[in-house]
Amino acid sequence: MPAMIAALSLIGLVGALVGDGVFDLLSWVALGSVVGTIAWAVSKPRK
Amino acid sequence: MKRSTLKAWFLVHKWTSLVCTLFLLLLFATGLPLIFWEEIAHATGAEPEAEPVPAGTSRANVDRLIEKALSRYPGDVPLFFGWDEHAPLVYVNMGARPDTPPPEMHTVILHEYTGEVLPAPQFNEGVMFFIYRLHTDAFVGLAGTLFLGAMTLLFVIAIVSGVVLYAPFMRKLRFGTLRTGRSRRLAWLDLHNLLGIVTVAWALVVGLTGAINTLAKPLEQTWQARQLGELADRYRGAPRPTRFSSLDAAIAKAQAAEPEMKPAYVSFPGTGYSGDHHYGVFMHGNTPISERIYKPVLVDVQTGELTAQPELPLYMSVLLLSQPLHFGDYGGLPLKVLWALLDLITILVLISGLYLWAKRGSTEVRLAELESGSVEPALETEH
Repeated sequence: MPAMIAALSLIGLVGALVGDGVFDLLSWVALGSVVGTIAWAVSKPRK
Repeated sequence: MKRSTLKAWFLVHKWTSLVCTLFLLLLFATGLPLIFWEEIAHATGAEPEAEPVPAGTSRANVDRLIEKALSRYPGDVPLFFGWDEHAPLVYVNMGARPDTPPPEMHTVILHEYTGEVLPAPQFNEGVMFFIYRLHTDAFVGLAGTLFLGAMTLLFVIAIVSGVVLYAPFMRKLRFGTLRTGRSRRLAWLDLHNLLGIVTVAWALVVGLTGAINTLAKPLEQTWQARQLGELADRYRGAPRPTRFSSLDAAIAKAQAAEPEMKPAYVSFPGTGYSGDHHYGVFMHGNTPISERIYKPVLVDVQTGELTAQPELPLYMSVLLLSQPLHFGDYGGLPLKVLWALLDLITILVLISGLYLWAKRGSTEVRLAELESGSVEPALETEH
Protein backbone atom coordinates (compact mmCIF):
# COMPACT_ATOMS: atom_id res chain seq x y z
CA MET A 1 0.00 0.00 0.00
CA PRO A 2 2.65 2.63 0.89
CA ALA A 3 4.54 1.75 -2.30
CA MET A 4 1.37 2.23 -4.33
CA ILE A 5 0.72 5.60 -2.71
CA ALA A 6 4.29 6.70 -3.43
CA ALA A 7 3.92 5.61 -7.07
CA LEU A 8 0.61 7.50 -7.35
CA SER A 9 2.28 10.58 -5.85
CA LEU A 10 5.08 10.47 -8.41
CA ILE A 11 2.58 10.05 -11.26
CA GLY A 12 0.73 13.06 -9.86
CA LEU A 13 3.90 15.11 -9.52
CA VAL A 14 5.18 14.37 -13.02
CA GLY A 15 1.83 14.31 -14.86
CA ALA A 16 1.08 18.03 -15.02
CA LEU A 17 4.72 18.70 -15.86
CA VAL A 18 4.50 16.65 -19.05
CA GLY A 19 1.57 18.49 -20.58
CA ASP A 20 -1.61 20.44 -20.02
CA GLY A 21 -5.27 19.44 -20.11
CA VAL A 22 -5.58 15.70 -19.59
CA PHE A 23 -2.16 15.60 -17.89
CA ASP A 24 -3.29 18.20 -15.36
CA LEU A 25 -6.37 16.07 -14.71
CA LEU A 26 -4.17 13.02 -14.20
CA SER A 27 -2.15 14.92 -11.60
CA TRP A 28 -5.25 16.07 -9.74
CA VAL A 29 -6.72 12.56 -9.61
CA ALA A 30 -3.43 10.91 -8.58
CA LEU A 31 -2.47 13.40 -5.86
CA GLY A 32 -6.11 13.74 -4.84
CA SER A 33 -6.34 10.02 -4.17
CA VAL A 34 -3.17 10.22 -2.08
CA VAL A 35 -4.80 12.84 0.15
CA GLY A 36 -8.02 10.81 0.01
CA THR A 37 -6.25 7.82 1.59
CA ILE A 38 -5.91 9.83 4.78
CA ALA A 39 -9.58 10.75 4.79
CA TRP A 40 -10.40 7.06 4.34
CA ALA A 41 -8.13 5.95 7.22
CA VAL A 42 -9.41 8.65 9.58
CA SER A 43 -13.09 8.06 8.83
CA LYS A 44 -13.19 4.24 8.81
CA PRO A 45 -14.57 2.56 11.91
CA ARG A 46 -11.91 1.79 14.52
CA LYS A 47 -11.62 -0.69 17.30
CA MET B 1 16.41 -6.10 11.20
CA LYS B 2 19.12 -6.42 13.83
CA ARG B 3 18.53 -4.53 17.05
CA SER B 4 21.68 -2.46 16.61
CA THR B 5 20.68 -1.48 13.06
CA LEU B 6 17.20 -0.57 14.22
CA LYS B 7 18.65 1.51 17.01
CA ALA B 8 20.91 3.37 14.60
CA TRP B 9 17.99 4.24 12.29
CA PHE B 10 15.89 5.28 15.29
CA LEU B 11 18.59 7.65 16.50
CA VAL B 12 19.11 9.06 12.99
CA HIS B 13 15.37 9.73 12.72
CA LYS B 14 15.19 11.31 16.14
CA TRP B 15 18.18 13.62 15.82
CA THR B 16 17.81 14.75 12.21
CA SER B 17 14.16 15.53 12.99
CA LEU B 18 14.92 17.37 16.22
CA VAL B 19 17.51 19.61 14.60
CA CYS B 20 15.41 20.57 11.58
CA THR B 21 11.80 20.55 12.84
CA LEU B 22 11.50 24.18 13.97
CA PHE B 23 13.03 25.44 10.72
CA LEU B 24 10.82 23.13 8.69
CA LEU B 25 7.76 24.40 10.54
CA LEU B 26 8.80 27.92 9.50
CA LEU B 27 9.29 26.76 5.90
CA PHE B 28 5.95 24.94 5.64
CA ALA B 29 4.06 27.74 7.41
CA THR B 30 5.52 30.46 5.14
CA GLY B 31 5.35 28.22 2.08
CA LEU B 32 1.59 27.83 2.43
CA PRO B 33 0.62 31.41 1.44
CA LEU B 34 3.43 31.50 -1.14
CA ILE B 35 1.67 28.71 -3.09
CA PHE B 36 -1.14 31.21 -3.76
CA TRP B 37 1.04 34.31 -4.27
CA GLU B 38 -0.41 35.00 -7.71
CA GLU B 39 -4.03 34.55 -6.57
CA ILE B 40 -3.47 36.68 -3.47
CA ALA B 41 -1.83 39.41 -5.58
CA HIS B 42 -4.87 39.52 -7.88
CA ALA B 43 -7.37 39.45 -5.02
CA THR B 44 -5.66 42.27 -3.11
CA GLY B 45 -5.06 44.47 -6.14
CA ALA B 46 -1.26 44.09 -5.87
CA GLU B 47 -1.30 42.80 -9.45
CA PRO B 48 -2.59 45.42 -11.91
CA GLU B 49 -5.49 44.35 -14.10
CA ALA B 50 -4.58 44.98 -17.73
CA GLU B 51 -6.97 46.79 -20.05
CA PRO B 52 -7.79 44.62 -23.06
CA VAL B 53 -5.62 45.27 -26.10
CA PRO B 54 -7.22 48.10 -28.17
CA ALA B 55 -8.22 46.81 -31.59
CA GLY B 56 -5.83 47.60 -34.40
CA THR B 57 -2.91 48.55 -32.15
CA SER B 58 0.47 46.91 -32.15
CA ARG B 59 3.02 46.41 -29.39
CA ALA B 60 4.72 49.52 -28.08
CA ASN B 61 8.42 49.96 -28.87
CA VAL B 62 10.39 48.34 -26.04
CA ASP B 63 13.04 51.08 -26.00
CA ARG B 64 10.32 53.69 -25.40
CA LEU B 65 8.82 51.56 -22.62
CA ILE B 66 12.19 51.38 -20.90
CA GLU B 67 12.75 55.16 -21.25
CA LYS B 68 9.33 55.71 -19.73
CA ALA B 69 10.10 53.40 -16.80
CA LEU B 70 13.52 55.00 -16.21
CA SER B 71 11.98 58.47 -16.08
CA ARG B 72 10.19 57.33 -12.91
CA TYR B 73 13.47 56.54 -11.19
CA PRO B 74 16.08 59.09 -12.34
CA GLY B 75 19.62 57.78 -11.85
CA ASP B 76 18.63 54.11 -12.10
CA VAL B 77 19.91 51.76 -14.77
CA PRO B 78 17.72 49.08 -16.39
CA LEU B 79 18.34 45.52 -15.13
CA PHE B 80 15.58 43.27 -16.47
CA PHE B 81 12.69 43.57 -18.86
CA GLY B 82 10.03 40.88 -18.90
CA TRP B 83 6.62 39.81 -20.13
CA ASP B 84 3.62 38.82 -18.02
CA GLU B 85 2.56 35.26 -18.85
CA HIS B 86 -1.17 35.86 -18.61
CA ALA B 87 -1.79 39.51 -19.50
CA PRO B 88 -0.55 42.12 -22.01
CA LEU B 89 1.76 43.58 -19.37
CA VAL B 90 5.51 44.06 -19.20
CA TYR B 91 7.76 44.95 -16.31
CA VAL B 92 11.03 46.87 -16.09
CA ASN B 93 13.26 46.21 -13.09
CA MET B 94 15.78 48.94 -12.35
CA GLY B 95 18.39 49.74 -9.74
CA ALA B 96 21.18 52.10 -8.78
CA ARG B 97 23.84 49.68 -10.07
CA PRO B 98 23.83 46.82 -12.60
CA ASP B 99 24.27 44.31 -9.74
CA THR B 100 21.48 45.67 -7.52
CA PRO B 101 20.01 42.77 -5.50
CA PRO B 102 16.22 42.13 -5.76
CA PRO B 103 15.29 43.69 -2.38
CA GLU B 104 16.69 47.05 -3.60
CA MET B 105 15.24 47.00 -7.12
CA HIS B 106 12.54 49.31 -8.46
CA THR B 107 9.79 47.98 -10.72
CA VAL B 108 7.53 49.71 -13.19
CA ILE B 109 4.69 47.80 -14.88
CA LEU B 110 3.44 49.00 -18.26
CA HIS B 111 0.80 47.98 -20.74
CA GLU B 112 2.52 46.14 -23.58
CA TYR B 113 0.43 47.86 -26.28
CA THR B 114 -0.61 51.28 -24.99
CA GLY B 115 2.64 51.86 -23.09
CA GLU B 116 0.64 53.21 -20.18
CA VAL B 117 2.33 52.96 -16.75
CA LEU B 118 0.04 51.02 -14.43
CA PRO B 119 -0.15 51.78 -10.73
CA ALA B 120 1.26 48.74 -8.92
CA PRO B 121 3.06 48.22 -5.63
CA GLN B 122 6.73 47.22 -5.77
CA PHE B 123 7.25 43.45 -5.90
CA ASN B 124 9.77 43.70 -3.07
CA GLU B 125 7.46 45.35 -0.56
CA GLY B 126 4.47 44.19 1.44
CA VAL B 127 3.46 41.14 3.45
CA MET B 128 3.98 38.57 0.70
CA PHE B 129 7.57 39.66 0.02
CA PHE B 130 8.20 39.59 3.78
CA ILE B 131 6.94 35.99 3.90
CA TYR B 132 9.01 35.20 0.81
CA ARG B 133 12.17 36.51 2.50
CA LEU B 134 11.41 34.47 5.63
CA HIS B 135 10.97 31.40 3.45
CA THR B 136 14.04 31.84 1.26
CA ASP B 137 16.80 33.45 3.32
CA ALA B 138 15.28 34.54 6.66
CA PHE B 139 16.71 38.03 5.94
CA VAL B 140 20.31 36.76 6.26
CA GLY B 141 21.19 36.61 2.57
CA LEU B 142 22.98 33.70 0.92
CA ALA B 143 24.18 32.25 4.24
CA GLY B 144 20.58 32.04 5.42
CA THR B 145 19.50 30.40 2.18
CA LEU B 146 22.25 27.79 2.36
CA PHE B 147 21.47 27.13 6.03
CA LEU B 148 17.80 26.50 5.20
CA GLY B 149 19.01 24.22 2.40
CA ALA B 150 21.07 22.22 4.91
CA MET B 151 18.05 21.94 7.24
CA THR B 152 16.02 20.69 4.28
CA LEU B 153 18.60 17.98 3.63
CA LEU B 154 18.27 16.89 7.27
CA PHE B 155 14.51 16.78 6.67
CA VAL B 156 15.13 14.45 3.70
CA ILE B 157 17.26 12.16 5.90
CA ALA B 158 14.52 12.24 8.55
CA ILE B 159 11.98 11.14 5.92
CA VAL B 160 14.16 8.29 4.66
CA SER B 161 14.90 7.03 8.18
CA GLY B 162 11.20 7.36 9.01
CA VAL B 163 10.33 5.07 6.11
CA VAL B 164 12.91 2.52 7.32
CA LEU B 165 11.32 2.53 10.79
CA TYR B 166 7.80 2.31 9.34
CA ALA B 167 8.36 -1.23 8.05
CA PRO B 168 9.06 -3.02 11.36
CA PHE B 169 6.52 -0.87 13.17
CA MET B 170 3.70 -1.86 10.84
CA ARG B 171 4.63 -5.53 10.64
CA LYS B 172 1.55 -6.64 12.58
CA LEU B 173 -0.70 -3.69 11.84
CA ARG B 174 -2.91 -3.10 8.82
CA PHE B 175 -2.24 -0.03 6.71
CA GLY B 176 -4.10 2.99 8.03
CA THR B 177 -4.55 1.64 11.57
CA LEU B 178 -5.33 4.41 14.03
CA ARG B 179 -5.62 3.16 17.63
CA THR B 180 -7.47 6.03 19.21
CA GLY B 181 -9.09 4.09 22.05
CA ARG B 182 -5.95 3.52 24.11
CA SER B 183 -3.22 5.92 25.15
CA ARG B 184 -3.00 9.38 23.64
CA ARG B 185 0.61 8.75 22.70
CA LEU B 186 -0.36 5.65 20.70
CA ALA B 187 -3.01 7.60 18.79
CA TRP B 188 -0.49 10.32 17.92
CA LEU B 189 2.08 7.71 16.95
CA ASP B 190 -0.32 5.98 14.56
CA LEU B 191 -1.33 9.34 13.09
CA HIS B 192 2.32 10.38 12.68
CA ASN B 193 3.05 7.13 10.85
CA LEU B 194 -0.01 7.30 8.62
CA LEU B 195 0.39 10.96 7.61
CA GLY B 196 4.13 10.55 7.21
CA ILE B 197 3.99 7.51 4.97
CA VAL B 198 1.19 8.87 2.77
CA THR B 199 3.00 12.17 2.10
CA VAL B 200 6.46 10.64 1.81
CA ALA B 201 6.98 10.95 -1.96
CA TRP B 202 5.58 14.47 -2.14
CA ALA B 203 7.62 15.63 0.86
CA LEU B 204 10.80 14.09 -0.57
CA VAL B 205 10.30 15.83 -3.92
CA VAL B 206 9.40 19.19 -2.38
CA GLY B 207 12.29 18.88 0.09
CA LEU B 208 14.91 17.91 -2.49
CA THR B 209 13.80 20.51 -5.04
CA GLY B 210 13.76 23.11 -2.25
CA ALA B 211 17.33 22.20 -1.35
CA ILE B 212 18.31 22.49 -5.03
CA ASN B 213 16.66 25.92 -5.18
CA THR B 214 18.81 27.15 -2.31
CA LEU B 215 21.78 26.65 -4.66
CA ALA B 216 20.29 28.94 -7.34
CA LYS B 217 22.66 31.83 -6.75
CA PRO B 218 25.91 29.80 -6.67
CA LEU B 219 24.77 27.77 -9.70
CA GLU B 220 23.92 30.89 -11.68
CA GLN B 221 27.28 32.39 -10.80
CA THR B 222 29.09 29.21 -11.88
CA TRP B 223 27.19 29.21 -15.14
CA GLN B 224 27.94 32.87 -15.71
CA ALA B 225 31.65 32.41 -14.99
CA ARG B 226 32.06 29.28 -17.11
CA GLN B 227 29.87 29.51 -20.13
CA LEU B 228 29.61 33.25 -20.47
CA GLY B 229 33.24 33.47 -19.43
CA GLU B 230 34.34 31.76 -22.63
CA LEU B 231 32.47 34.41 -24.50
CA ALA B 232 33.88 37.16 -22.31
CA ASP B 233 37.39 36.22 -23.49
CA ARG B 234 36.56 37.79 -26.81
CA TYR B 235 35.77 41.03 -25.07
CA ARG B 236 38.74 41.03 -22.70
CA GLY B 237 40.11 44.51 -22.22
CA ALA B 238 37.13 46.08 -23.92
CA PRO B 239 35.57 48.77 -21.73
CA ARG B 240 32.12 48.20 -20.38
CA PRO B 241 29.74 49.67 -22.94
CA THR B 242 27.88 52.79 -21.90
CA ARG B 243 25.72 53.31 -24.99
CA PHE B 244 23.30 50.50 -25.76
CA SER B 245 21.83 49.66 -29.15
CA SER B 246 18.07 49.15 -29.49
CA LEU B 247 16.65 46.41 -27.28
CA ASP B 248 13.55 46.30 -29.45
CA ALA B 249 15.74 45.28 -32.40
CA ALA B 250 17.67 42.81 -30.23
CA ILE B 251 14.42 41.09 -29.22
CA ALA B 252 13.35 40.89 -32.87
CA LYS B 253 16.72 39.26 -33.71
CA ALA B 254 16.34 36.72 -30.92
CA GLN B 255 12.81 35.93 -32.04
CA ALA B 256 13.99 35.40 -35.62
CA ALA B 257 16.69 33.04 -34.34
CA GLU B 258 14.17 31.02 -32.30
CA PRO B 259 10.92 31.32 -34.26
CA GLU B 260 9.24 28.50 -32.31
CA MET B 261 9.74 30.25 -28.98
CA LYS B 262 8.74 33.51 -27.36
CA PRO B 263 10.76 35.83 -25.13
CA ALA B 264 10.25 35.52 -21.36
CA TYR B 265 12.64 38.17 -20.10
CA VAL B 266 15.76 40.12 -21.02
CA SER B 267 18.79 40.69 -18.82
CA PHE B 268 20.88 43.81 -19.22
CA PRO B 269 24.73 43.73 -19.14
CA GLY B 270 26.22 43.44 -15.66
CA THR B 271 23.21 41.81 -13.98
CA GLY B 272 24.92 38.41 -13.78
CA TYR B 273 22.84 36.77 -16.50
CA SER B 274 24.50 37.84 -19.75
CA GLY B 275 28.01 39.10 -19.08
CA ASP B 276 29.10 42.74 -19.39
CA HIS B 277 28.59 43.19 -23.12
CA HIS B 278 25.29 41.51 -23.96
CA TYR B 279 21.60 41.61 -23.72
CA GLY B 280 20.47 38.13 -22.71
CA VAL B 281 17.12 37.46 -24.38
CA PHE B 282 15.74 34.41 -22.58
CA MET B 283 13.36 32.50 -24.84
CA HIS B 284 10.92 29.79 -23.77
CA GLY B 285 8.32 27.43 -25.23
CA ASN B 286 4.69 26.68 -24.51
CA THR B 287 4.60 23.31 -22.75
CA PRO B 288 4.98 23.08 -18.95
CA ILE B 289 8.59 21.89 -19.35
CA SER B 290 9.78 24.03 -22.27
CA GLU B 291 8.15 27.00 -20.56
CA ARG B 292 10.74 26.70 -17.82
CA ILE B 293 13.88 25.59 -19.65
CA TYR B 294 14.96 28.95 -21.04
CA LYS B 295 17.12 29.33 -24.11
CA PRO B 296 19.35 32.39 -23.90
CA VAL B 297 20.12 34.40 -27.02
CA LEU B 298 22.99 36.83 -26.52
CA VAL B 299 22.98 40.07 -28.48
CA ASP B 300 25.95 42.47 -28.38
CA VAL B 301 24.70 45.70 -26.78
CA GLN B 302 26.97 47.90 -28.91
CA THR B 303 26.71 46.40 -32.37
CA GLY B 304 23.24 44.86 -31.94
CA GLU B 305 24.54 41.66 -33.54
CA LEU B 306 23.58 38.20 -32.33
CA THR B 307 26.72 36.73 -30.72
CA ALA B 308 25.73 33.33 -29.40
CA GLN B 309 22.96 30.96 -28.36
CA PRO B 310 24.62 28.96 -25.60
CA GLU B 311 22.97 25.73 -24.46
CA LEU B 312 22.00 25.77 -20.80
CA PRO B 313 24.23 23.36 -18.90
CA LEU B 314 22.55 20.35 -17.24
CA TYR B 315 22.77 21.81 -13.74
CA MET B 316 20.90 24.92 -14.85
CA SER B 317 18.17 22.79 -16.45
CA VAL B 318 17.90 20.77 -13.24
CA LEU B 319 17.60 24.01 -11.26
CA LEU B 320 14.93 25.42 -13.57
CA LEU B 321 12.92 22.18 -13.52
CA SER B 322 13.14 21.87 -9.75
CA GLN B 323 11.32 25.19 -9.41
CA PRO B 324 7.84 24.10 -10.56
CA LEU B 325 8.20 20.84 -8.61
CA HIS B 326 8.83 22.93 -5.51
CA PHE B 327 6.20 25.64 -6.13
CA GLY B 328 3.35 23.40 -7.39
CA ASP B 329 2.43 26.07 -9.93
CA TYR B 330 2.26 23.92 -13.04
CA GLY B 331 -1.19 22.32 -12.93
CA GLY B 332 -3.74 25.02 -12.30
CA LEU B 333 -5.55 25.92 -9.10
CA PRO B 334 -6.53 22.31 -8.17
CA LEU B 335 -2.85 21.33 -8.01
CA LYS B 336 -2.14 24.35 -5.79
CA VAL B 337 -4.97 23.32 -3.46
CA LEU B 338 -3.53 19.79 -3.25
CA TRP B 339 -0.10 21.32 -2.61
CA ALA B 340 -1.61 23.31 0.27
CA LEU B 341 -3.31 20.21 1.74
CA LEU B 342 -0.08 18.22 1.56
CA ASP B 343 1.73 21.18 3.15
CA LEU B 344 -0.76 21.22 6.05
CA ILE B 345 -0.51 17.44 6.49
CA THR B 346 3.29 17.72 6.64
CA ILE B 347 2.92 20.38 9.37
CA LEU B 348 0.86 17.80 11.31
CA VAL B 349 3.61 15.21 10.82
CA LEU B 350 6.15 17.68 12.24
CA ILE B 351 3.97 18.63 15.21
CA SER B 352 3.03 15.03 16.03
CA GLY B 353 6.73 14.16 15.82
CA LEU B 354 7.51 16.88 18.36
CA TYR B 355 4.71 15.61 20.61
CA LEU B 356 6.06 12.05 20.44
CA TRP B 357 9.52 13.31 21.35
CA ALA B 358 8.12 15.26 24.31
CA LYS B 359 6.31 12.11 25.51
CA ARG B 360 9.38 10.00 24.95
CA GLY B 361 10.35 7.02 27.00
CA SER B 362 13.85 5.66 26.85
CA THR B 363 15.35 4.63 23.55
CA GLU B 364 15.22 1.02 24.80
CA VAL B 365 11.46 1.16 25.30
CA ARG B 366 11.01 2.63 21.82
CA LEU B 367 13.15 -0.10 20.32
CA ALA B 368 11.12 -2.77 22.08
CA GLU B 369 8.01 -1.17 20.63
CA LEU B 370 9.45 -1.23 17.13
CA GLU B 371 10.75 -4.77 17.44
CA SER B 372 7.47 -6.13 18.71
CA GLY B 373 5.60 -4.60 15.80
CA SER B 374 4.12 -2.15 18.30
CA VAL B 375 1.50 -4.55 19.65
CA GLU B 376 3.11 -5.57 22.94
CA PRO B 377 0.60 -5.02 25.74
CA ALA B 378 3.47 -4.03 28.03
CA LEU B 379 3.70 -0.77 26.17
CA GLU B 380 0.21 0.23 27.10
CA THR B 381 1.18 0.74 30.72
CA GLU B 382 3.94 3.26 30.28
CA HIS B 383 2.11 6.51 29.68
